[in-house]
Amino acid sequence: MTDASIGGAAAPRKKSSIHELDARTRKRNASEARFKAFGLGAILIGLFFLVTLAVSIVRSGLPAFTETVVDVEFTLSQAQFDEAESTLFKTAAYSDLFIADLRGTLEERGMQVAFDEAAIERLLGKVGGTLREFYRANPEQLGQPVAFQLPASSRVDGYFNGRVTRETLEDTRFLQGSDLDLVDALHEAGVIRQDFNWTFLTGADSGVDNPGGAGIGASVVGSFFMMLVVLVLALPIGVAASIYLEEFAPQNKFTDLIEVNISNLAAVPSIVFGILGLAVFIQFMHLPQSAPLVGGLVLTLMTLPTIIISTRAALKAVPPSIRDAALGVGASKMQAVFHHVLPLAMPGILTGTIIGLAQALGETAPLLLIGMVGFVARGYPEGFLGGFTEPNSAMPAQIYTWAARADASFYEKAWGGIIVLLVFLLLMNVIAIILRRKFERRW
Amino acid sequence: MDANFAKENEPMYDAPLGKNDVDAKDTKIAAKDVQVYYGDTHAIKDVSVDLLDKTVTAFIGPSGCGKSTFLRCLNRMNDTIDICRVEGLIELDGEDIYDKRVDPVQLRAKVGMVFQKPNPFPKSIYDNVAYGPKIHGLAKNKAELDEIVEKALRRGAIWDEVKDRLDAPGTGLSGGQQQRLCIARAVATEPEVLLMDEPCSALDPIATAQVEELIDELRASYSVVIVTHSMQQAARVSQKTAFFHLGNLVEYGETSQIFTNPVDPRTESYITGRIG
Repeated sequence: MTDASIGGAAAPRKKSSIHELDARTRKRNASEARFKAFGLGAILIGLFFLVTLAVSIVRSGLPAFTETVVDVEFTLSQAQFDEAESTLFKTAAYSDLFIADLRGTLEERGMQVAFDEAAIERLLGKVGGTLREFYRANPEQLGQPVAFQLPASSRVDGYFNGRVTRETLEDTRFLQGSDLDLVDALHEAGVIRQDFNWTFLTGADSGVDNPGGAGIGASVVGSFFMMLVVLVLALPIGVAASIYLEEFAPQNKFTDLIEVNISNLAAVPSIVFGILGLAVFIQFMHLPQSAPLVGGLVLTLMTLPTIIISTRAALKAVPPSIRDAALGVGASKMQAVFHHVLPLAMPGILTGTIIGLAQALGETAPLLLIGMVGFVARGYPEGFLGGFTEPNSAMPAQIYTWAARADASFYEKAWGGIIVLLVFLLLMNVIAIILRRKFERRW
Repeated sequence: MDANFAKENEPMYDAPLGKNDVDAKDTKIAAKDVQVYYGDTHAIKDVSVDLLDKTVTAFIGPSGCGKSTFLRCLNRMNDTIDICRVEGLIELDGEDIYDKRVDPVQLRAKVGMVFQKPNPFPKSIYDNVAYGPKIHGLAKNKAELDEIVEKALRRGAIWDEVKDRLDAPGTGLSGGQQQRLCIARAVATEPEVLLMDEPCSALDPIATAQVEELIDELRASYSVVIVTHSMQQAARVSQKTAFFHLGNLVEYGETSQIFTNPVDPRTESYITGRIG
């Protein structure tokens, strides 16, 4: 149209109203609307999966935070203790005493339920052993009433959580229908109740037959020591490397090669780092297996590229005028970097570091190879140094271990562990945001 | 056109002629046959010039003519650019500044620099000025440092505006104030030469007038070299003018002579607005 009006002498311009959309505009608007719809759709799909994930994690994980306990007051006299200790099956003797006591308690409250020793074992596990352990450790409690809180077995736990119902229950050696009558009776009597499961937060892993006693605490400690190793090694090495590469290194083929390799390193699958750690740290350097120290070293290798890349980006983002200003008043290159550039790059460096740490915290694959799974991390490490060298698990490795166990109760624990892990990751991200806000400066 | 331009600007050249007359002065910086290369590009060709002490020298010329590049050679700021190579001889008080024994850091303490865009550190006004004296160890204690800061801010003609808020961030000042703060920062280290790379290009006319007035005052203590795109500014503030074109120093002489009676036709074309 315009061409015509320029070329032609006096070709009359076609009249058009701006109140009417022409075909091109309509087409353009339609494609824009389509794009918006696609974008919105993509976000909605993402949100749907996020919500589904969150709901399923919380629903499956929450039962891990409750436990079913049986409150029993029990008194053992010195004579009974001596007698039990003298028998051949000592724990059985304790069990008998306990059952007799429980019967008495129930009868006192006027309840008529028939149960035998096997039923009690199915409900509470090896009670005799627990009692014997307690009295041998605390002989001064003999003759006095002691309030025991005995954890119920995982199936009883499941009965309260809705995982086990009378319909789905098949009589096995683990739990029988008649046992549920006993549980109901005990529940009515207020003997059996649900409680917040502190053991899950503070305890260590238990054997495969005792999901009730399993806790994530020890592996939180293991993860903490690993993160300490990562922080102490990766932050200074990473920041120093990036400052050197960004501010001091000459631009040549060699530094280009290093740069490309650092970027490549960030994309290397984590399990490769695991096998490297196994070969170098354990088989060659003979560092202790399953130790957070080795895990930390492996995760340091993994985190370094992340820290270097984000630190270099942060350094690049500092305006060159600041460097000029510092050099212009006669600061040396190092003074310019440390007095002016680094403080301005700090928020970016901290954010990158924390994100790198968060990544390392959730990493499982390399830990599989250096032996942080496949055993039962039964206790807390002794002392600060022990935290680095004693075999321990880490949160993701512990979750992996639990998820692989047969007892459905451990499956619950795995979900619960994931909630704990996510809480820690969320915390770290919040810290990153706070630090970035705090250190951020405008210029 | 030519006549018009000359007439309009006549008072600017004529009236201050007496003031702008240069007494016999010592050479502060002597450059001989300076060549600068950016990689394969020959940016500065055969520049020889003697810059005088206690004089304002203006570098003028079209964009990309190499005047800023040459300015940055004088305190070795070009060292920070990897591909930049400088040949020839530049002497400060008779000493080669590209000698192996010279630490550019020490040189820059003697040859201060003010940049095109005001670039205060994102710190307090006080810290901005005190930074140079601190790293050069010019003050023995806090009281001495306070004194240096006050003196520098007075010289930068900004003391009265900021004396009540020395703890306020330097980046919170207006553009003109920021540039004067940067000048104060540059003079705080007691340099002998002050290089200014288009110090007024980011400023409004009022701030420009303030900075120009300041430059004239600074002439009493320093040798000032200023790169400018504004010929009026060069005429107003400088005693000597150097005209650069395509990497060559075309003409160098008294400001009044360059603007009223240029020798080289290229200079005449530029100041009358035909090239550049």
